[in-house]
Amino acid sequence: MRFDTVIIGGGLAGLVAGISLQQAGRSSAIVSTGQNALHFFSGCFESMQEAPERLTALFAGAGIHVHYNPGVRLTPLGTFREATLSLEDISLFPEAKFADKALIACVPGYLDYFSAFLAEGLEKQGIQCRLCSLDLPEELQDGSVERRSVQLARLVDRDWKKIVQQIRLLIKDEDAVILPQLCGLQDASVPEHLRQEIPARVVFAGTMPPSIPGIRTQRLLKRRYEVLGGTYLSGDEALDAQVEGNKVLSIRTHNLDNHALEASHFILASGGFFSKGLRSNPFRVWEPVFGVDVDFDEDRNAWYNEEFAGDQPYMQYGVKTDAALHPLVDGTPRENLYAIGSVLGGTRPELGSGAGLAIRSAFLAVDEILESL
Amino acid sequence: MRHQEKTSSKHNFEECMKCTVCTVYCPVLQVNPRYPGPKQAGPDGERLRLKDPYFFHYALKYCMNCKRCEVACPSGVDVAELIQSARIKYDRSAPKLRDRILASTDLMGTLARPLAPVVNGVTSLGLTRSVLDATLQVDHRRVFPKYSGRSFECWLKRRAKEQAMYLEQVAYFHGCYVNYNYPQLGKDLVKVMNALGVGVQLLDGEKCCGIAMITNGMSARAKKNAERNLAALRKAGADKGMKVLTTSSSCTMTLRNEYPNLLGVDNADVRDAIQMATRFVFERLEAGATLRFKPNYHKKVAYHVPCHMERLGWGVFSERLLRMIPGVEFTLLDSACCGIAGTYGFKKENYEASQAIGAPLFEQIRAVDPEVVACDCETCKWQIEMSTGYSVQNPISILADAIL
Repeated sequence: MRFDTVIIGGGLAGLVAGISLQQAGRSSAIVSTGQNALHFFSGCFESMQEAPERLTALFAGAGIHVHYNPGVRLTPLGTFREATLSLEDISLFPEAKFADKALIACVPGYLDYFSAFLAEGLEKQGIQCRLCSLDLPEELQDGSVERRSVQLARLVDRDWKKIVQQIRLLIKDEDAVILPQLCGLQDASVPEHLRQEIPARVVFAGTMPPSIPGIRTQRLLKRRYEVLGGTYLSGDEALDAQVEGNKVLSIRTHNLDNHALEASHFILASGGFFSKGLRSNPFRVWEPVFGVDVDFDEDRNAWYNEEFAGDQPYMQYGVKTDAALHPLVDGTPRENLYAIGSVLGGTRPELGSGAGLAIRSAFLAVDEILESL
Repeated sequence: MRHQEKTSSKHNFEECMKCTVCTVYCPVLQVNPRYPGPKQAGPDGERLRLKDPYFFHYALKYCMNCKRCEVACPSGVDVAELIQSARIKYDRSAPKLRDRILASTDLMGTLARPLAPVVNGVTSLGLTRSVLDATLQVDHRRVFPKYSGRSFECWLKRRAKEQAMYLEQVAYFHGCYVNYNYPQLGKDLVKVMNALGVGVQLLDGEKCCGIAMITNGMSARAKKNAERNLAALRKAGADKGMKVLTTSSSCTMTLRNEYPNLLGVDNADVRDAIQMATRFVFERLEAGATLRFKPNYHKKVAYHVPCHMERLGWGVFSERLLRMIPGVEFTLLDSACCGIAGTYGFKKENYEASQAIGAPLFEQIRAVDPEVVACDCETCKWQIEMSTGYSVQNPISILADAIL
């Protein structure tokens, strides 16, 4: 099967590249080994300070609304982090003290949300906090039933009016209400309904994964890509590549076995260690599909820091590229291959810059491909 | 290298890192809070079951074996296989009479075929359905598949000589559905293959692939069928070097993946020879073969990728094949389960869940309003036709209709 471009990796980087290429009239396929880091997405595109218009337009095409409002955002642990650009359901504040009094709503038995930490963090900013409990929908009252973000969000999307009723009864003189980010999974308009119907500023606080806005983003971007004619191969794994000189000719995948995917350009957007874009054993770190050069320390002891919460050097390991994002093989760039997103070396996606990195590198690779035509 | 390169745990269960992504894509968990979900039922539960089979839970029967958890898993864990193999290993309860009947597609087909008009008439009666509901817990709202008066095997046997004249030959694993319910799909395949200059043969002694037996607690019988099918496949594939084509994504997945992974029956020597017909045809056309299409043909087609097709990763072949047909106006439907999952949706206790799972797909089909829904799975066809009123056809039948 032949495409203009074959992309390995179906997360944010791969989808943004795929959508951009399809919009430019170039055919593409995405090979995606299972789901991706969007399921852990905070909803913020950090490190996207300048020129957000291109991103905003691409997302709007997929039905995802993004707002640009430099300031800070509330983290799930009650701290504040600088942020400029985020999905519309994530509140961005000019300063951390965004209210005088806040009502923090929790869901009984839902363990992936830290209301006490939130209260402590907000109190530090001089926001007076009060905790309250929401009633569980009938379906979830049995204690043996799993209460995860996705199960709850489905019910909130259906019964959001009941949440509004409950909050209206619970609220006293608070000017802000903090709700766990458990809405807008299927119906993206629910967060906005809650904001309009609750008589105080509604702020959604992130939960532990899976991230509801992240899942929605994945679904809408994938749908957009397919509507534009892109081929998304779910649950398949790129195995190896056929190379001639400095050019990649085709790749083979697990499901298509001997049926090679041929293309003029290839984009490696396979992610870091979690997504198996990078593999390691006690002796080395490698990139499994193309075998391109990976930046890592020869000395195993230098890979990690014994201080668990400290800087972990291995997190920066990744693929070496030239300035145009061509990965190197023994120091020589592969001319029709590009690496984007967290497979890249020297990056720190765990610091929250993963989404920004994915998008900026995707745009750069797409521009390089379109210019080379 | 002395260390372990790859984990070798069965169904890759040691690879699970508890990311919960599978729970996002499980269709059952979305509608049935009684189901513990793929993570708890699969890798989490396996850890406990390995300590003590006491921890096996009956709620694992709610798993539809749709494999969406496996497609979603970023770590390559075969979650649905873990759940199904736990049911095979630990579930000691005997399957109900109803489950035995539903799973015995081969036997029911053989019994019903000679009396097809009577059987079809009787099963469509409201009274019959109420009786079945009350006695066997087969839901009364379910529409039953119709039986055909003459089997596909019988039809093709009469044409064996004519088919043998073609220089190139393939064998066809038609499955119970084509044989007993809808021989037309088999006839359509023969038309397409003949147009490509390829003759179609029956396998020598095909049995039901056994997927319904596996999910209904009859794995010993499924294993017997697997062994007999593999003998037939070896005769065609390994001995004569023929490809074995299929038109059902679930039979294909069973023959290729479930035999070795769930039933412990080794199929390594014939696995590669088993292929969906849409892949075979697409590859032929890509390699330069031509088909003569009807002039002025027009059809608005919406393609639904069945869950097992998605797991095989071969939906792309059917999709691209349909897009190649001149005059086809093509829409790819969102990846979603239709809710039937073989015999699952026929059971009274699952009917509501089954319809709720399929609802978003039905809604999208109504919004697209195609002339025909394309789909490689017979049970999806029953479910979509019953729930939306739109006609559903295998991509091979659509192709057969579009060529001269």
